[in-house]
Amino acid sequence: MVNLEVKLKDMVLKNPVMTASGTFGFGEEFADFIDLSDLGGIIVKGTTRHHREGNPYPRMAETPSGMLNAVGLQNKGVENFCKDIYPRIKDYQTNVMVNVSGSVIGDYVETAAMINDLDHIPGIELNISCPNVKEGGMAFGTSCASAKEVVRAVRKVYKKHLMVKLSPNVTDIASIAKAVEGQGADSVSLINTLLGMAIDAETRKPLLSTVTGGLSGPAVKPVALRMVWQVAQAVNIPVVGLGGIMNAKDAIEFILAGATAVQIGTANFIDPQVSVKIVEGIKEYMIRHQVSDINDLIGAINLK
Amino acid sequence: MKPKNSNASILYPSKSMKKLIQDFELVKYEELNCEHFVLDIKANEPLPEILPGQFVNVRVDNNKSVFLRRPLSIHNVDYERNVIQLFVKRIGEGTKSLGELKIGDNVSVVYPLGNSYSIPKNAKTLLIGGGCGVAPLLYLSKFLHEAGNEVTTILGVRSSYDAVGLKAYEPYGRILVTTEDGSQGEKGYPTQHSVLENESFDYAFTCGPEPMMKAVAAYAESKDVICEVSLENTMACGFGACLCCVTDTKKGNKCVCTEGPVFNVKDLKW
Repeated sequence: MVNLEVKLKDMVLKNPVMTASGTFGFGEEFADFIDLSDLGGIIVKGTTRHHREGNPYPRMAETPSGMLNAVGLQNKGVENFCKDIYPRIKDYQTNVMVNVSGSVIGDYVETAAMINDLDHIPGIELNISCPNVKEGGMAFGTSCASAKEVVRAVRKVYKKHLMVKLSPNVTDIASIAKAVEGQGADSVSLINTLLGMAIDAETRKPLLSTVTGGLSGPAVKPVALRMVWQVAQAVNIPVVGLGGIMNAKDAIEFILAGATAVQIGTANFIDPQVSVKIVEGIKEYMIRHQVSDINDLIGAINLK
Repeated sequence: MKPKNSNASILYPSKSMKKLIQDFELVKYEELNCEHFVLDIKANEPLPEILPGQFVNVRVDNNKSVFLRRPLSIHNVDYERNVIQLFVKRIGEGTKSLGELKIGDNVSVVYPLGNSYSIPKNAKTLLIGGGCGVAPLLYLSKFLHEAGNEVTTILGVRSSYDAVGLKAYEPYGRILVTTEDGSQGEKGYPTQHSVLENESFDYAFTCGPEPMMKAVAAYAESKDVICEVSLENTMACGFGACLCCVTDTKKGNKCVCTEGPVFNVKDLKW
């Protein structure tokens, strides 16, 4: 038997595999394919204070080893989440976290406060890194000052686990991570998507309605791994790694770089069962390497 | 007054109709012409209930440069042999590579996805397909025929070279052709076929290029015919998780993969 249990501060994950916001709906979309209770946690679709229609079609373009998206936080708002969606998903036997986004600090605060009252939601992931909204979003996550400001404000009203999702579209991600740690973040997750773009040479038109969008998939994995490694060395709070994880080997690499847990994102689109396969694959890796506790692998990269 | 069956409506799979991910085996490859081919893929176990208009999302494992699955209409279903038939046009890397699969190769399939065209009873139905948009219409015509409807299918293609696979429709009704060069059937676009002027229909079901579907919608509007279209927006997942394939409807953005692909044109902003 191997121990897969990890802790993000006081939040216990039965295994280090979570699913990334925006790639897993509200979990229900995957219920035909997997048993959600096999996961360490799920992070549901980005939720904002008010209903958002998102960006016009086209919102997606396939790119080499990845994809661009420009969904733009389409969601029905936090009140709808609390009233209609929460009752449907509250009894999942896993950590259900809500990704909270906004365009002004007041919206983040109000949304977080409403979710604080939901007993079965042990934490939120504060999204200060969405590249697909005109106002707010990534803007909060690209300077230490604004990242501090939004985390400080949300920390005042949000009493449970506060994970902050960082943007890779910065010069020094470790300094942003330290800034949010200083304001009481319980963990950081990284990376959100990398700002990218695609053009159809034949029509000379951009492939996304918004021209630019967020790049995800294996194409971003080396960048994500590097950033997880840098951040893990800079902060004392747990780091949750994501960016192009397609299989257990990728997940192990993030853990070795210093991630306490990982999130599976774009891979869910290609194989809706991949998240539970990764749990199994991590177990197999541990047996093969005679590691009895997953915690012994966190940051265990051999630099010698 | 012509008899009007307006009770039928677009069907959504019930909660008990689970989506599946399974490996299928390619058991038959039929080249129709240099652009179109039909794949017969076979499951190892009995197929679930599949509705006309639903689609599969197929992984293209034989081409590493194809990252996402490719959504394809279900052309026909053979429950006795556990075989799904896919009608494919070589358009990009994904469909080209699917055409290079060998008999016996496995393909990973997520299915059945999306909703279904309405199945009225004892109505006069008109099916209009353009190019590879004809794909879901064969299976639809089978359902419509079995429900006692009169089925007229018009296939619109560039020339007789592309007028392929017509025989399959014959058991279920009348099949008509329009060609842009006049080499077969009537010359012109499918919406210019004389049957649209000379006869009346209760329902028009269409799939194909958007300009053609918009022309069908305009015809349906002018003749007070119920019109349902199948959209082909690009998508990543196919089951409502990525929110990439939305179409702008009168009730906001809707996912083509779960709230479509079939829409009543009255719900769209066309």
